[in-house]
Amino acid sequence: MSHHGVHPASLSLRGVGCRVEGTDLVRDVDLDVAPGEFVGVIGPNGAGKSTLLRTVHRTLRPRTGSVRIDGEDLWALSQRALARRVAAVLQENGADFELTVDEVVAMGRAPHKRAFSPDNDDDRRLVMTSLELVGAAHLAARSYPTLSGGERQRVLLARALAQEPALLVLDEPTNHLDIAHQLDVLAVVRRLGTSVLAVLHDLNLAALFCDRLYVVDHGRVVAAGTPAAVLTPDLLAEVYRVQADVTLHPLTGAPNVVLLPPR
Amino acid sequence: MRIGRPARRAAGSAAPVRRGGGRLSVAVVLPLLVAGLVAAVTAGIAVGSVAVSPADTWGIMLHRVVPGWVEVSWPATHERIVLSSRLPRVLLGVVAGAGLALVGMVLQALVRNPLADPSLLGVSSGATLGAVLVVVSGVGLFGVYSLPLSAFLGALVALVTVYLLARTGGRTGSTRLVLSGVVVGQVFLSASSLLIMTSGDPHASTAVTRWTLGGLGGTTWQTLTLPSAVVVLLLAALAARTRSLNLLLAGEEAATTMGLAVGRFRTEMFLLTALVTGVIVAVSGVIGFVGLMMPHIARLLVGADHRRALPVATLLGAVFLVLADLASRTLASPEELPVGILTALSGAPFFLWLMHRESRGRRGRP
Repeated sequence: MSHHGVHPASLSLRGVGCRVEGTDLVRDVDLDVAPGEFVGVIGPNGAGKSTLLRTVHRTLRPRTGSVRIDGEDLWALSQRALARRVAAVLQENGADFELTVDEVVAMGRAPHKRAFSPDNDDDRRLVMTSLELVGAAHLAARSYPTLSGGERQRVLLARALAQEPALLVLDEPTNHLDIAHQLDVLAVVRRLGTSVLAVLHDLNLAALFCDRLYVVDHGRVVAAGTPAAVLTPDLLAEVYRVQADVTLHPLTGAPNVVLLPPR
Repeated sequence: MRIGRPARRAAGSAAPVRRGGGRLSVAVVLPLLVAGLVAAVTAGIAVGSVAVSPADTWGIMLHRVVPGWVEVSWPATHERIVLSSRLPRVLLGVVAGAGLALVGMVLQALVRNPLADPSLLGVSSGATLGAVLVVVSGVGLFGVYSLPLSAFLGALVALVTVYLLARTGGRTGSTRLVLSGVVVGQVFLSASSLLIMTSGDPHASTAVTRWTLGGLGGTTWQTLTLPSAVVVLLLAALAARTRSLNLLLAGEEAATTMGLAVGRFRTEMFLLTALVTGVIVAVSGVIGFVGLMMPHIARLLVGADHRRALPVATLLGAVFLVLADLASRTLASPEELPVGILTALSGAPFFLWLMHRESRGRRGRP
């Protein structure tokens, strides 16, 4: 069970392929997230990670294959029904209008509300709880466009939490955050107990928080498994073209990647 | 469940608690605007070449609704002036002002750009061309509805053209948007003028002026019916979709992840805004900048959340156009100015101030 009493969902992708403007960005991907599992997707720039995620938060229809949530075809659900189960934090976080932070987070309640039904006490409580979880409760009355990039990112995560998702899809949720907030945000997400599918850049953070990792390169899954099984010097050399030393860290028990300067 | 660090941060930062730039409560703003609308309507009916006292104005209208309820203390000419000439004209001001403000607000959310307005985006010019085509050709396949229908189609073509031209990625950049709007608007406007000039109409230049610098003169009860119906339709449709409009502000992809079927919603909104713009232009010509200014003032007053900004912008538009029309009748009396001149005179500086404010705002942001 997650913090809001929603049962975490299972996700399964089979043979998923995507083509955008004539280019195959994702090819024949199989991927699973078990209920409550935190799954990371890593890979170099342009590998197709974000494109893969778009088939799950349903902004890009895959050309081939199937995407299922709790066994149901995700693309057969209505957009609203899906939004009650899957929430996403995307990379884009622009703000051109003067909304306050609590109004932005309250948007997350939209898939649960009917036309003309106003926000009730439960909605307001959920908005505040979500902001507290990401350490942004003090920003509630601030104007969203005046926030820093990192603050916006936490607010958008709070908005996704207010959606009460059974599956959380995160596209580089930590890229604007300072190191303390990177740890905070991932720890919060981890503790929620929802199923999580996240694209992560930082390999050590991925090793620390993910149950399993998928390595994507040129649109294909080239390795999958526990961080210790996946993050090997050989794989890093092949996929990222870097020399690295990987040790199991004595305190965390997770693999620790140290990049070596090119020879 | 709570984590330690955020508490420390919350205590450490003296966050400004002024709510989103000093907003007013809708519970205060809406009653004030309703009172303002009653006052504007009263003035709009009472003031003119023949002055009617405010008491008589309401007396005449009440007498009409419930005969015998008030004692008749006014000359019959006043009753005729109020009921058959001024009242429909003022009501059209209410309807067109509210409609244009709503259209502006929807367009701004659709293109995620605060500089959108039916006249700036060429939508009104598209409607003009549609209307002029019917007037000049004299072809009316759908009777009295030919003119508004053709204006609606013209508005829709212009809107979709500008949208496709200006669209780059999810957000529509200000420069591309305004330039596309100006270009498309000019093309449609020139085509309209050309049609009128070559039509052999002896009053061609007057006709061009009437379409391009709109006015509410000559309104009858018949002219009022269709605009009222479509504006009420738009208002009802939007009232049920305020959350969806808010979601659009988050961007199209984000709105999708929060359950909005963006493509269908955008199509609905394009059809509705083109319909309202077309029908209003068909009866009043192009009245610019109302759709630009009113949503902005509404957001400054109560914030950008459409649940609050929408009713405020609607009322503001109504009050503004009734007063602008009153000014257009009285400033150069006995001559009547096109009300479009007055809305442009107040709207253009507003537009420049907005551009300045926007560029300054962007520099200050991360």
